[in-house]
Amino acid sequence: MKSDDPNIKWLDEPKLGLAGRLYLPLVVQGLTTTTRHLFSKKVTQSFPEQRPTFGNPLIYRGVHRLNRDEQGRVKCVACFLCATACPAHCIDIVGVESPWPDREKYPESFVIDELRCIFCGMCEEACPVDAIELTSLFDLTGRSREEMIFDKEKLLSVYDQTKDAEPMRSTTGRDHVEPAPGKST
Amino acid sequence: MGIVIVDGQEIEIADDERLNAIQVARRAGVDVPHYCWHPGLTVVASCRMCLVETGTRDAESGEIKMVPKLVPGCQTPATDGSVFVTNSEKVRHSRAFVEEGLLIDHPIDCPICDKAGECHLQDYHFEHGQDARRADIRPFTSRRRDVGPTVTLFVDRCVMCSRCVRFTREVSGTSELMVIDRGAREEIDVFDGFPLDNKLSGNVVDLCPVGALGDKDFLYKQRVWFMKSHDGVCAGCSAGCSVVVDENQDKVYRLRPRENMAVNKWWMCDDGRYGFHHVHDEARLVELERRAAAGYESIEWSQVPAALEIELSSAGRLAGLISPHLTVEEAYLLAQLLRKFDEEALLALGPVPVQGEDEHYPGDFTIRAEKCPNRRGVEEVLRHFNGGATSLDDVLSQVESGAVGGVWLTGGYREPSLDEGIAQRLTAAKVVVVQDMFTSPVWERAHFRLPGVAFAERSGSYVNCAGHLQSFSWAVRPPTGARVEGSLYWQMLEQPGMYNPRSVLAEIAGTIPAFDAAAGEIPSTGVALEAPAMSPTA
Repeated sequence: MKSDDPNIKWLDEPKLGLAGRLYLPLVVQGLTTTTRHLFSKKVTQSFPEQRPTFGNPLIYRGVHRLNRDEQGRVKCVACFLCATACPAHCIDIVGVESPWPDREKYPESFVIDELRCIFCGMCEEACPVDAIELTSLFDLTGRSREEMIFDKEKLLSVYDQTKDAEPMRSTTGRDHVEPAPGKST
Repeated sequence: MGIVIVDGQEIEIADDERLNAIQVARRAGVDVPHYCWHPGLTVVASCRMCLVETGTRDAESGEIKMVPKLVPGCQTPATDGSVFVTNSEKVRHSRAFVEEGLLIDHPIDCPICDKAGECHLQDYHFEHGQDARRADIRPFTSRRRDVGPTVTLFVDRCVMCSRCVRFTREVSGTSELMVIDRGAREEIDVFDGFPLDNKLSGNVVDLCPVGALGDKDFLYKQRVWFMKSHDGVCAGCSAGCSVVVDENQDKVYRLRPRENMAVNKWWMCDDGRYGFHHVHDEARLVELERRAAAGYESIEWSQVPAALEIELSSAGRLAGLISPHLTVEEAYLLAQLLRKFDEEALLALGPVPVQGEDEHYPGDFTIRAEKCPNRRGVEEVLRHFNGGATSLDDVLSQVESGAVGGVWLTGGYREPSLDEGIAQRLTAAKVVVVQDMFTSPVWERAHFRLPGVAFAERSGSYVNCAGHLQSFSWAVRPPTGARVEGSLYWQMLEQPGMYNPRSVLAEIAGTIPAFDAAAGEIPSTGVALEAPAMSPTA
C-alpha cells in the first residue's frame, strides 16, 4: 500500500493536557495497581517444584505419542492423514510395505518437529486408527533444535511412559470396528 | 445432422459421429458415471453404473416414447431422435444400488490405498451412493497378488470392470490378464508362469478405476493429493507421448499418459513411464567449471556469459552440435547465438540414439526406436540456418582438420552419446563448451563444463516423429548448479527479462515456414506442422 492510497485515513496525534504532560496521575495509577496485587491472593505457582493440575488430562493437548497395538507394534498405518491435516506441516512420514501379514503399510520413519507443531490436535482427529494422540505432557524442553525433532522411537517411548496414566482414548483397532449404523432390517 | 435429447437439452450430432449415451451426455455437460467403459476399449456393459433411461422421439409427431427398463449408456448409441434421461429417480436409485453392491465386498481401506483421492469408487460413492452401509461387514485388509514385475493386484479392492483384461487383449495384444472363477467369486489373475510383463503394462494401473492395480514403482511413495500435476511431453522416444508429470516439492513421483488422439491416445509405454528416474540421479552434473592451467576451476553462472563471449569471439570458426533433446526454442536460440559470434558457424544435429526397431502394438500404439524427442524439430531449425543439412560427421571432420576453433556441444542424453569417438575428434579445437546432465568423454575434455537439465525441467516445444509439435512447461526446478540451456542462450543474446520460450516459438513461427502452424496459441494437445514442409529424414 502506498502512502497516497485513498483507503488510508490519516489521523493526528491527540494533544496532551496538563495532567498528561506531568505524567504524575499515571504514575500514581500504576503504583496503585502494584500495591493492590501485593496484598491480593497469590495466583502464581512455583513451577517446576509445584506441578499444575488439569481439569481433564485426557483432553489436554501436549506432546504427541504414537500408540502401540496389542502386539506392541506401532499402530500407525502410514496413511498420511495426520500429515495432510497438519496446518503447520510438522509431520514427516515415510511409508513402506509392512513386514506383517495382517497389515499392508507401516511407517518406516515418523517424525514430528515439536518446535514447529502448534498443538492444535488436528492430527489426532484425522487419524483413522487412533495411532497418534496428544498427551498431557506440556513441559517440553531441549537444548537444541535437533533434540526437539521427535522420531518414531521417541514417540513410541512417550506412549510407554504415559500409557498407564492416560489410557488410549479408544481401543478400536481394525479388529474392533463397530458395525456401521444403518437401516438394519 | 441429428438431434439427441439429454435431460431435456437438445444436442446436435453430426451424421458420421458414432457416440454412445455417455459421450453425448458429456457434450451436454452431464457426467454419466461409469467403471467398465473406456473410449479406447471395447464395450462390455458389465458394471451397470451407467444405466440411464432411454427412448425415441417420433420425428413427425414429436411424441416421445420411453423404454420401460434402464439401459447401459455405454452400449446405447445416440442417433437422431434418441432421448436420454440421466437424472430421474429411477436412475439415481439404480446407481445407489450398484454402489452398494460394489461396496459389500470392498475392504474400505481408503487410508492405506494409494488410489484414494483419485478413485472413481470414492467419487461416485460420494456423489451417487447411500450414506449408510446396510451390510454388517467390517473393514478388512485386501489380499495382495503379484501379477507382474511392475504391477501388483489388490484382489479385494477390484470392482471387476475388466478394463485391464481388455487392455491386455486389445491394446498390448499380450493377453496375460484374465478373470478366474465366476459370479461373486470372480477375480483378476494371471496364468502361472505368464506374468503381466509387457512394455505397456503400466497402463492397466491408470485404467483401473479403483485401487486394485498398483504401480510398484509408485506404491506408497506419495499420497496423490500432495502432488501437483503438470502437462508435459515424454522425452523417452520420438513418439513424444503427452504425459502428466506428478511432482511434489521438485521431485517427480510418476508420469501418466495424457489423452491426445493425435499422438498417444490414452497410453504410454513403461520405458517412458519409468524413464524419469534419471532426473533425480545422484550422478547429475551440478559443478560449473572451466579449464585452468592445472585441472579445472569452478566459476559462477554470472561469469559465464562474459567468459564465453571472450573465448568464442576469438576462437575463429565455430561449430555447434545441437542435441535432439533440446527444445525447438533452445535449438533456435543456440543457432542464433553461434551465428552472432561467427556468421558462418557450422551447425549440425548431435548424435541421435537409436535402439532396436520400432515396436508396434495392436492398439495402434508404437514405441519408436529413436530414443530422443526432438530430432525433427532440431532438423527443421538447422535447415533454416544452414539452407541444407550439415551432417555431424562433416562438422567433426572440419574440427579434426583444425579449421574450427570453437565447438559447442549439447547433451541431455540418458545413455552416453557424446562418446570417446566424438571426444577424440575434438582435440584440435581451442574452445570446447559442453552442456550436459551426465559425465561423458566429451565432458572430460571440455574447456567449459556447463551442467544442463532434464526433460521435466525444460520448457519449450518438441516435434515428434510424425511432425506434431507440442509445447510444455517445466514441472520441477533443476538441481542447484544446473541451468536450463535456453536461459543461458537467452541471456547471452541479450534478450530482455526471463527466458520466455513462448515468445521464441512465436518468432520461429514467423521466420521458419515449417513452423507456420505454431503461430498463435498452442493447444495442450499440440499442433500438426504442415506435412509438406517437413522433408524426409536427413
